[in-house]
Amino acid sequence: MLKFIGRRLLMLIPVMLGVVLLVFSMMYFSPGNPEDYILGDMATAEDKAAFRKENGLDDPFLIQYFNYVKNALQGDLGTSYTTKMPVIDEILERFPTTFKLALFSTIIAVAIGVTTGIVSAVKQYSIWDNICRFVAMIGVSMPTFWEGLMLIILFSVYLGWLPSSGFTSWKHWILPAVTIGTHSASSIMRMTRSSMLEAIRQDYIRTARAKGQKESVVIWKHAFRNAIIPVMTIVGLQFGRMLGGSAITEIVFSVPGLGNLIISAIKVKNAPLVQGGILFMAVVMSMCNLLVDVLYAYVDPRIRSQYVSGKSKKKTVSKSVTKEAA
Amino acid sequence: MEENILEIKDLTIHYVTDEETVEAVNGITLTLQKGESLGLVGETGAGKTTTALGIMRLIPDPPGRYISGEIIYKGEDLLKKSENEMRKIRGHEISMIFQDPMTALNPVLTVGEQIAEVIQLHHKISAADALIRATEMMELVGIEGSRHTEYPHQFSGGMKQRIVIAIALACDPSLLIADEPTTALDVTIQEQVLDLIENLKKKFGTSMILITHDLGVVAEVCDKVAIIYGGEIVEYGTLEHIYNNTKHPYTIGLFGSIPNFNEKTRRLKPIYGLMPNPADLPDGCTFAERCPDAMECCRSGKIPNIEIEPGHFVRCRKYQSQGGETDGE
Ligand SMILES: Nc1ncnc2c1ncn2[C@@H]1O[C@H](COP(=O)(O)OP(=O)(O)OP(=O)(O)O)[C@@H](O)[C@H]1O
Ligand SMILES: [Mg+2]
Repeated sequence: MLKFIGRRLLMLIPVMLGVVLLVFSMMYFSPGNPEDYILGDMATAEDKAAFRKENGLDDPFLIQYFNYVKNALQGDLGTSYTTKMPVIDEILERFPTTFKLALFSTIIAVAIGVTTGIVSAVKQYSIWDNICRFVAMIGVSMPTFWEGLMLIILFSVYLGWLPSSGFTSWKHWILPAVTIGTHSASSIMRMTRSSMLEAIRQDYIRTARAKGQKESVVIWKHAFRNAIIPVMTIVGLQFGRMLGGSAITEIVFSVPGLGNLIISAIKVKNAPLVQGGILFMAVVMSMCNLLVDVLYAYVDPRIRSQYVSGKSKKKTVSKSVTKEAA
Repeated sequence: MEENILEIKDLTIHYVTDEETVEAVNGITLTLQKGESLGLVGETGAGKTTTALGIMRLIPDPPGRYISGEIIYKGEDLLKKSENEMRKIRGHEISMIFQDPMTALNPVLTVGEQIAEVIQLHHKISAADALIRATEMMELVGIEGSRHTEYPHQFSGGMKQRIVIAIALACDPSLLIADEPTTALDVTIQEQVLDLIENLKKKFGTSMILITHDLGVVAEVCDKVAIIYGGEIVEYGTLEHIYNNTKHPYTIGLFGSIPNFNEKTRRLKPIYGLMPNPADLPDGCTFAERCPDAMECCRSGKIPNIEIEPGHFVRCRKYQSQGGETDGE
């Protein structure tokens, strides 16, 4: 298992190089110069030249790329053009907010998505199933910014129950978390439903019923334990994406999170921050996927034995070798 | 001895979907005495599994429907029982060995857990004690008890079948329904599993319905035989009746299609044609299409069930002039 994790971590390196190259080229080749945005209209030509020289912006593309990678490997993601703070510090300052938001949203999403998905599957084609599926379809097709705005109109403007922006109390988390959570609940619901429908039809469910087991236990212990893997995959993917900051929702609710940070950095071509931010997102997402893969092995003994078999194969080989030697 | 543990009367089960109605089981009547073994024999699609699931009240609904009939178990009609009452019966009073051992076990639970589950459901004992009982059951069916922490995929097909048997027998059921317990297994393992079931049956005094399409297996294990065709029982009697005084053309055909070393037949005689689609059963005798002795009168009306000798029933017009007719089912 550890070997598997180690191998996966090694595989991160080429992925990261690719991500950096991509983002780097996008920042390099897109029109506009950072010094124009950062230094403002009042800056003289000399100021601008000095800025370019200081940040190595006149070097050829490949040199710039290699320098960036070299520094990044040493843990230095550069300094932000605007705040002159190390990029990594800026990111880590924003990350807890994004993390909490992602966590709340995921809890909401899983709670709603999994329960409605199971109800839908168990009572397939019933009125409940139809309602759930209809709502889920709306949920998937509704853009988050629109849903966010509607929630603000309803709960902040019209009813006045919840604040729409500013982050001072727990109440501020509710609307953004609900916006992100309901959106991802829809896809979790659809995945849970289809995966449960398949599990419920299996013979071992009939075996469990033939034992005299209660229907609720049959559903949760026997069916859901088997249906959980695709659900985990989609939850993991969504959580990883949320950890990168749900940019649009963060802007709608002015959440001081990672997504907001990167968007404002893009606007002024603050390249170190954009590159660092996206690299960070990629790492976080890969970690998230790795975690999900490890969890697979935890819930499914067949996957677990695949990891172990690498070891046991070696054992049998060494055994046969010793036999031959004897 | 004359105590009937199970009496099925005129049981009819259909699968009803928007497109079609599959008439899987049509008016089956059976009795099973305590300690007795009944062989339910028929080709694929005859309605054997449906009958078995029908007794367990495990017909998938939708599309399955009980159209009519009674299933009297120890004097009470199972079809009138609530789901709660049925749960106490399943796995405890009546248990079932399923057709396909490869898929009958839950892949994410250890076999120990799966056996212990049924024990804990029907006995007031702790989880730890249930697990100990489960390992004892495993030893009983010939698998090391220490393997209880392993998962189904770590066992061979024959071993999985033994686990399924262990689950079915864990609570000493009064009635065991074995749905083709050996068809998924190779011949040597088949023998072992049959011996195992036989021994356990003797040990616990269990009554059994053995579902199979193998007449050889029936001769080995059963006291009574019911031949099922197109969801109807076409011939029913003791082992003696069916093997030595075969009457129904379909049963005769079945015997013709197994090798007989005493008579040195040169070739097996298969029954030509296919069983009619249960979604579209013909009028009259369902076997008429394939029957060598079919007459004009076979193709319409209700075919009477004739008691050709005491306890030996044949559903065929050929014997209408002989023996007492029992109608009403
Ligand atoms: N869930 C279902 N929905 C619709 N039709 C079904 C269903 N289950 C079984 N049937 C139909 O009912 C008929 C009887 O099926 P059943 O499973 O009882 O046959 P069987 O005698 O057990 O056959 P086999 O020897 O292949 O196991 C078949 O025609 C089958 O197609
Ligand atoms: Mg069957």
